[in-house]
Order: sequence, then structure tokens, then C-alpha cells
Amino acid sequence: MTAAAAFFYLFSAITVASGFMVIASRNPVTSVLFLILAFVNAAGLFMLMGAEFLAMILIVVYVGAVAVLFLFVVMMLDVDFAELRQGFQDYLPVGGLIGAVFLVELLLVVGSWAIDPGLVHGPLANAPGGETVTNTQALGLVLYTNYFFLFQVAGLILLVAMIGAIVLTLRERPGVKRQDISVQNARTQAMAVEVRQVPSRQGVEV
Amino acid sequence: MNAAQVVLPALGPALPELILAVGALVLILYGAFKGEKSTEGVTVGTLIVLILALFAVVSQPLGAKVTTLNGAFIVDGFARVMKSLVLLGSAAALLLARDLFERERIARFEYPILILLSTIGMLIMVSANDLIALYMGLELQSLAAYVIASFHRDNVRSTEAGLKYFVLGALSSGMLLYGASLIYGFTGSVSFPGIVTALRETSGLGVILGIVFVSAGVAFKLAAVPFHMWTPDVYEGAPTPVTAFFASAPKMAAMAMAVRVFVGAFPAVTDQWQQIIVFVSIASMALGSFAAIGQRNLKRLMAYSSIGNVGYALIGLAAGTEEGVRGVVIYMAIYLAMTLGAFAVILSLRRGRQMFETIDDLSGLSRTHPWIAFLLAMMMFSLAGIPPLAGFFAKFYVFAAAIKAGLFTLAVIGVVTSVVGAYYYLRLVKVMYFDEPQGGYEPMAPGLRIVLGLSSVVVVLFWLVPAPLVGAAGVAARSLF
Repeated sequence: MTAAAAFFYLFSAITVASGFMVIASRNPVTSVLFLILAFVNAAGLFMLMGAEFLAMILIVVYVGAVAVLFLFVVMMLDVDFAELRQGFQDYLPVGGLIGAVFLVELLLVVGSWAIDPGLVHGPLANAPGGETVTNTQALGLVLYTNYFFLFQVAGLILLVAMIGAIVLTLRERPGVKRQDISVQNARTQAMAVEVRQVPSRQGVEV
Repeated sequence: MNAAQVVLPALGPALPELILAVGALVLILYGAFKGEKSTEGVTVGTLIVLILALFAVVSQPLGAKVTTLNGAFIVDGFARVMKSLVLLGSAAALLLARDLFERERIARFEYPILILLSTIGMLIMVSANDLIALYMGLELQSLAAYVIASFHRDNVRSTEAGLKYFVLGALSSGMLLYGASLIYGFTGSVSFPGIVTALRETSGLGVILGIVFVSAGVAFKLAAVPFHMWTPDVYEGAPTPVTAFFASAPKMAAMAMAVRVFVGAFPAVTDQWQQIIVFVSIASMALGSFAAIGQRNLKRLMAYSSIGNVGYALIGLAAGTEEGVRGVVIYMAIYLAMTLGAFAVILSLRRGRQMFETIDDLSGLSRTHPWIAFLLAMMMFSLAGIPPLAGFFAKFYVFAAAIKAGLFTLAVIGVVTSVVGAYYYLRLVKVMYFDEPQGGYEPMAPGLRIVLGLSSVVVVLFWLVPAPLVGAAGVAARSLF
């Protein structure tokens, strides 16, 4: 068994196991953490296939953005998952049956597929650089040359999304205490400390 | 392959878009540094940028057909004419918005910038020469539109309008993308010339399915039946200047996109998409005229009117001929003038901070504001298609094209529905001239005056000098065939 095969079995075993734990764990936060583990291992699987760009994207987008968003939502909404899972036992037979039918259908459909060997080498041979560049580099070579127009438009779309989020949600609320560094720096002893004579047995008004 | 060998594509043809993009970025920085005080300055800056872009569009060589940016971007006669209309529509919408937003205290410098970014998206849609560029332009345009629909964010109806528009718009974008992916899958190309060549050889069921999905997406953006449901709610809920914007510039871009896709990419399967367009056209005309009869709200009325008008313009597209496309361009140009004029009047119905937007609020307008009433009456006569106003000629050119293409049923249905539609347009005239006045309104703001004046000139005097518009539309249509 080669090292690649060993890693494949390692990554896929952890992916499947953590996928199972996502639905099996009692605590939703643990679920999301298992989801992240599944993503990271799937990224490892991509890495083994030589698709390092997809691996990076999976980590950056799914782990870095989507899963963290899930985490926030789960923590903020305080969903009672134990209650949601109440009827699990009752629905298990029906759900299991549907799942089994799906599995058989998938096996029948995908099992009858055969990938045309010409297809594998045809489009890939047209990729710039062919075998000599990594696929991140190959993507960059077309993204920033042939398709830079579309890339720039995508940038404008993201800009609109940002402006939109600010326009619709940013509010100037009265009575919010903000840090004002120049005021802090300009603070002198005279502004901060007041010395008073305290008359005996009378005290002072604060 | 190293970086030094890469040749920068010609950017000259995209000059208007570049002006708008650079202008938008500079104005954002200006607004962000100056804060809310900059609204006035940013609005004026945006108008200047739009006018500069308009000059750039007009000064591009007439009739020349240039593709650049790896074939994704095309500048031809059609693009120039439609871009001019889009830029005029956006500039007018900005003029209409200024006064009202300040009164409502919702004037913020982001509004003109979002209009500007939306306009960039529209220009890209008009100039798109492949499916990806088309989608990117569409998305840029719509995303900015969703935001400005809910621009009056403390108002529940405005928020609702934005949310509805966003959810349905995302759905329609999904359909368009699905259709585009089917077309790419079955023709092996995303560029329109590539699709044309591929379809000359073979066309299967997959491509037709793709065309159906793309038509659904396009019809949504046009607000054509059966994808019109969002229009009345969004038009009514959004702040009125935003409604005026939705009814003007994006309609031009969406119609240009429809023509680009159907005439530019699928000329080989005209008989396939023609059926779809004929159905959409008939359904839009019928719904636009019958459903508007019961409306009391002017903004809802204008929404149904826009649905109907899109139906008439689509008659020209259904013909699928050069004359048909010329009719579409003329129709859209005149529709732009009519709708902007009508919205200028609707925006002027105001006392203090209270806006009036039902039909009854127009009663007796002829006695309190004779000029405004007269000009609105002209707009309504024109929308109803009464000669010698511009609206009559708009309908004339599309009906003539349909008859030449042998689509007699379509032309007859068009004439019948325009008679039905005349009822509700003329009812407004009746309310203005024969009902008892409800009390006067404040004098019109200067921005509204400019827009109403210019659009009235186009609508009332078009029959005296039709040559510039008809000639430009002719050049535009020729460049596609």
C-alpha cells in the first residue's frame, strides 16, 4: 500500500466518521466542529487528487466563512436540538427505507457510467501550460488575462454587496459611547482629578 | 507562457464603462471621507459622470462593430443607442430623486453611487457578447436595484419591496443560469457567435430547454407575464423616485439583453423562441390592460402600464426581423420619455412631507396646475397611442413589423388590448379635467421640471422631427443582422 493510498483511507475514514458525528452528536456546537473536521479532511482528499486550488478554496470558503457563520448562528439562536430530534425513532423506518432506495438508485445510475477516455485527455490538454503548471497557476493565467474583464465585474458586484449591507444596516444610534483617541490623549491632570477640602463631619456632594 | 507575452486587450470600446467605474470609486471615497454632508456633491458628481459616459458613447464610431476583452464585449450600433437610452434614464432618475429624498430625510450619498454601479451593470448587459458577461452585468444591475428598492429602510413597505425583489430576482437569476449552463453544455460555447455557429449545425432538445429557461430569466427582468408578479408590489413599495428608476433605465437594459440573446445568439432557431416571445407578448399586453383597470394607486397603475408596454415592445422582437428590432428600439426610447414624464408628475403631487399617489388625488389638477395637467394628459394620450403623439408612432412601428413578418394575430391582439388600455389612461385625463379639485400641491422641484419638460418635448413633438430617433434605431437594428 502506497503512502497516497494510506492517506486516502485515513482522510476518507475521518470524513465519513465526522459526517456521521455531525448528525449524531447531541451538542449543536460539536456538530459544527465535526462539520469543519469533515471539510478539512475533504480538502485533504482534494489535495491527494492534485486539485490544490479546490482544497484551498474549501478551507478558505467553507471552513473560514460558512462554518464560522454556522457556528455564530447556532450559538446565537439557541436551538434545542434534543427537542427537534424527539421523533427520531418513529421516523427511522420510513427514513431508512427512503435512504436505502436512494442508495440503490445512485448505485444503479453511477455504476453504469463509464467515462470516455478521450474526454479526460481532450479538454485537459487544452488547458494553458498542460502538465507543466499547477492548476492554481493555470487558473490565474486565464483569470487575469482572458477573463480579467469578468473578474473586475465580479469585484464591482462584491463592492455593491458591501455598500448595500452598509446602507441597509448601519445606523447612527444616539447615546453610544465611542472611544475618541484624541480626547483621551488630550486629557490632562486638571480634567481628570479634582481636589476638594472635605469639611469635618459634613462630607461633600459627589 | 509568461506574463510578458500577455497582450492587454483594447480598452477603448469599454470607455463609457471605465468612466462610470472610476467615477463610482472616486465618488465612494469622496462620500466616505466627507460623510453625510457630501450627498449633494456626490449627486452632482454622479450626474457629471453619467453625462461624460454619454459623450463617450455618442463619440464612438457610428456603425462600427468592435469586439474586445476576449470576445466578451461588443460595441455596435445597437449597443450605442441602447446605452444612450440607459444613461439618459439613469440621469433622469437621479434628477427625480434629489428633492424628495432630502425632504424625507433619507438622502444619503450611497443612492447616486448605487445608481451609478447599477448603470455599469446595465451597460455591460447591453454590450454582452457571451453568456458569462451577460450574467455578470445582470447581477451587478440587479444587486444594486435590490438595495435601492429598500432604500427607505424605516418604511415597512419599502423593506418588503426590497426583500420580495431580492428573493424573486435570485430565483430568476438561478433559472437564467440553469438555461445558460444547458446552452453551454449542448453547444460547447458561451460566446454568442460560437453558439450561432454551433446551432447552425445541430440543435437538440437540450438547447431548446436552455432557451426556455433563459427566456424565463429574461422575462422576469423585463417584468413580462408570466413572470410579472413582483412588479406591482415592488413598484408600490419602493420610494417613488426608485420606482421611476426601475421603470426606466433597467427596462432599456433588459430589453437590449432580450434582443441580444434572442437575435444575437439564437438566429438559427428563431421559430423555436418566437413562440415563447409571442405568448409572453400577448399575455403581457392582456394583463397590462385588463389588470390595470381596477387599480387606484398611481404607482401600481404605472407598474401594470409597464407590463403592458413591455408586451408591445416584445411584438417587435417576436417578428425577429430587422424592422422588428428597429421597432423595439423606437418603442423603448419613446416609452422612456413617457414613463419618466408620468413619474415626474406623480412625484410633484405633494404637500409638505405628504405624498399623494392615488388616482383621486389627481382630481381637478387642470384647475390648480393647468400646465402639469396638460402635460400629464399628453403623456396619457401618448401611452394610449393616440396620434400624433409619440406613443402612436411607437406602436405603429412594432405593429408594422409584426404584419410584415406575418404575425397578424399578434398585431390584432395588440391593437385590441391598446384600445382596452386606453380606458384607464383616459380615465386619468377625465379625473384631472372634470372632477372637483382637492386642493393644490406645492410647485414642482427644478429637477422634476427638467425631466418633465424634456420628456414632453419628445412625446409631443416627435412627429415633427422623427428622423434622428428612427434613423438611429435603423442603424441599431442593422448592426444586428
